[in-house]
Amino acid sequence: MSRFQPTNACQRQAIDESRATLPADIVDYIQKVEGQPHPESQLISVLHKIQRHYGYLDRAHMDAVAHLLGVPAAKVSGVATFYHFFRLTPRGKYVISVCMGTACYVKGADKVLEKIREELGIDFGETTRDGLFSLEEARCLGTCGLAPVLMINDEVHAKVSPDKVPALLERYAAQP
Amino acid sequence: MNKKILKRFDSLRLEGEKARSNVIRPGSTIIQVGSATCENAAGAREIREEFRKHIASSGRADIVLHDVGCTGRCSLEPIVGILRPGERPVKYQQVSREGVHRIFTDHVLHGQPVAELILDGTQKSGSRYEILFCRGERCGNLAARGLQARLRERLEQRGVGADVVAVQGVNFADMCVGESKFQGGHFLVRPGNHLYRVASDADLERFIDEHLLADRPVQELIVQEQPIGQNFFELYGDISFFNRQSRIALRNSGIIDPTSLPEYLNAGGFHSLARVLAAGDPDGVIAELSASKLRGRGGGGFPTGSKWQMARKEPGGEKYIICNADEGDPGAFMDRSMLEGDPFSVVEGMIIGGFAIGASRGFFYVRAEYPLAIERIENALAACRKHGLLGEDILGSGFSFDLEIRLGAGAFVCGEETALIHSIEGERGQPRIRPPYPSQSGLWGKPTVINNVETFANVPVILEHGAEWFRHIGSDKSGGTKVFALAGKVNHTGLVEVPIGTTLREIIMEIGGGCPKGKRFKAVQTGGPAGGCIPATHADLAVDYDTLTAMGTIMGSGGMIVMDEDDCMVDIAKFFMKFSADESCGKCTPCREGSKRMLEILERITAGEGREDDIAKLERLGLLMKRTSLCGLGRAAANPVLSTLRHYREEYAAHITEHRCPAKRCAALVRYSILADKCVGCTACARNCPANCIAGAAKKPHAIDPERCIKCGRCFRVCRFGAVERN
Repeated sequence: MSRFQPTNACQRQAIDESRATLPADIVDYIQKVEGQPHPESQLISVLHKIQRHYGYLDRAHMDAVAHLLGVPAAKVSGVATFYHFFRLTPRGKYVISVCMGTACYVKGADKVLEKIREELGIDFGETTRDGLFSLEEARCLGTCGLAPVLMINDEVHAKVSPDKVPALLERYAAQP
Repeated sequence: MNKKILKRFDSLRLEGEKARSNVIRPGSTIIQVGSATCENAAGAREIREEFRKHIASSGRADIVLHDVGCTGRCSLEPIVGILRPGERPVKYQQVSREGVHRIFTDHVLHGQPVAELILDGTQKSGSRYEILFCRGERCGNLAARGLQARLRERLEQRGVGADVVAVQGVNFADMCVGESKFQGGHFLVRPGNHLYRVASDADLERFIDEHLLADRPVQELIVQEQPIGQNFFELYGDISFFNRQSRIALRNSGIIDPTSLPEYLNAGGFHSLARVLAAGDPDGVIAELSASKLRGRGGGGFPTGSKWQMARKEPGGEKYIICNADEGDPGAFMDRSMLEGDPFSVVEGMIIGGFAIGASRGFFYVRAEYPLAIERIENALAACRKHGLLGEDILGSGFSFDLEIRLGAGAFVCGEETALIHSIEGERGQPRIRPPYPSQSGLWGKPTVINNVETFANVPVILEHGAEWFRHIGSDKSGGTKVFALAGKVNHTGLVEVPIGTTLREIIMEIGGGCPKGKRFKAVQTGGPAGGCIPATHADLAVDYDTLTAMGTIMGSGGMIVMDEDDCMVDIAKFFMKFSADESCGKCTPCREGSKRMLEILERITAGEGREDDIAKLERLGLLMKRTSLCGLGRAAANPVLSTLRHYREEYAAHITEHRCPAKRCAALVRYSILADKCVGCTACARNCPANCIAGAAKKPHAIDPERCIKCGRCFRVCRFGAVERN
């Protein structure tokens, strides 16, 4: 299944271990693209799938992907660290992405951010101790007409103001 | 001309029509709810659900809920349209759950529109008919204006009053499709969606007698072929935000269900593709595009026809076509809106492109931050494959082509075409030196055409209505319209599509409604981090690729951020430089180091620690980056600084020499103090101060300790007596 053809039992075992490391659907996906032209070009898609599954990219998973897709581990880590979208550490249950695009900035996104920092005591790239919230900087969510906006997981919240922040966080914290 | 292809297309269209009329039966009342990321953020999902419950409990089978994309009236979303048969459509703004209940009971069930919720307060007049006179340039602007005046006169003479008809002039530049040098005018009559073509006074008389007074539309004067903007104006023509626009790239956004292939077909979709395949003449397609003067809408402005021609004449069988939907400019959202509102038009443009250059495979490169857009494209591709519009032997033409989605991963530089290609190849998205250009050697070393979403969306219309028509809409050097994303300090935020060559004043002041709270319009930033600021004194600038370049900025993908007197230009320049420094891929030194050093200087200036020679340093570094960076990102990264230095040099000087921020935005340069004669001692400031640095007894003037003040500005905002001074 790998582009790297195992020639002995030891290599076969290593491949099996890599397969066991990843969720079955991702292993199937890699197998599917193996038969298509330029399978190595699917690296970013595979990393997206892993991040969607686990919330971040773990070292062991990246190594397994390198092994199965037949690309150097250094390249996988190079790609994973190049793109902002990929995270290398686990995130909280709710990921707050504060849009720092131009429209949000001129409409006071910095003040909203300040309030969130104050409420949660965390900065960009950090997670609260209880593992509930992570704070991230979003480039532009393309919802500029409703600025300032922030996204909590996949839900976009429009026209946020600093005084709306506590209630908003409260609402998520209260969810089971 | 291969008739078999056209026949196959016709049967597909009929099938679509049948499928559509099964969903929306004639005579139904339609409730339109916007469904796009922005609409959903404003609460569209909840109100759709609420309408669904209301319809279910009413037990009425003739009330249909219809999802449409977004029209681009962002600040007033969610928007709901009620279309009762035989009546003018009514749109509502900022609809809440309670609003749903009122709209449903009063309007949907009992025919009484809820006046105070109507979008932009339109439909104030109770007229039975509404006439929208086209003021477009093509068929004789003056003739149309004369006719409009004459119609008014005649209505007055005949004693036809405001209870019967309301007349207004609107700017559709696209009503006269398919004709040339017509010396008359066009007008749209609502309700009924009748488009009239009139030339003489006798025609006007006939229209008044038969249509207005006897309710019999005059078939001989009604235009039979459907011009592109007609359906849009039938729905939105009464709203001034919309009726100054020309909807070409956004022709279907906010009208059709973006997930439905039948609706796209019904709106004239894929007709261009069928004709192109039937004619079997790729060179003809490219010639038409070249003649239309369509230029790349992603920012570069390269003529699309030439780009396609270059790729076409490259030898070799394997070629690729890529849609760049990595809309990374902060403040730009037209691509997202188009992909969410009308994905099929982009797909159609790409298939035509594939045919023209001889590609059999194409890619959508989409931002991972746009989950809904990705879902809509996936859905569109699946529907096209199912109906033989993608895949092997499209419409029986022998041409095979398929499309695949590839996700970006949050790297701004991937908007640059060579970086984008690397990203699709699964590499780090770093650019390389051009030439060779992608049209010669691109994806996997093969000839590759990369165009922006909006560029592709324009292609089917150009081929449908002809290059001549399209070219006429724009300016001398570039044809057609441009979609702008209007945001920032402007009353009506949203998507604005206007002919290229429209002035900034018209876009910002007339369509956008100027700055909120009566503040003074100071500048507009175009082109995102690669663009620059244009001061309000140049508001009469006609927006075109070349005029913007001459002002030190660029068209870019079309973001327009409006700024008012409270925005500091040095701060804005710092904002963009921070963006560029973060996003620099690090490959070439001028961009990597230059952006970092420029940012350091700007940070120093806004912190009140600017040095005498900082302006000169910024200019020198900026020019160096411009001349020596490897790719477009680095070459343009200094634009925000250079353009603000050009127009707002005195603001920089005030920061550096006087330690003063004229816009009072840079916290380090602002001082707060309390005016003892205005302070009544209400204690509001002291209670709200997070640093506890305001002292004073109740009913006695307070004072701020400047040493401990953190300059958060909260006291300034909470004081109701204007006693806190900021300078």
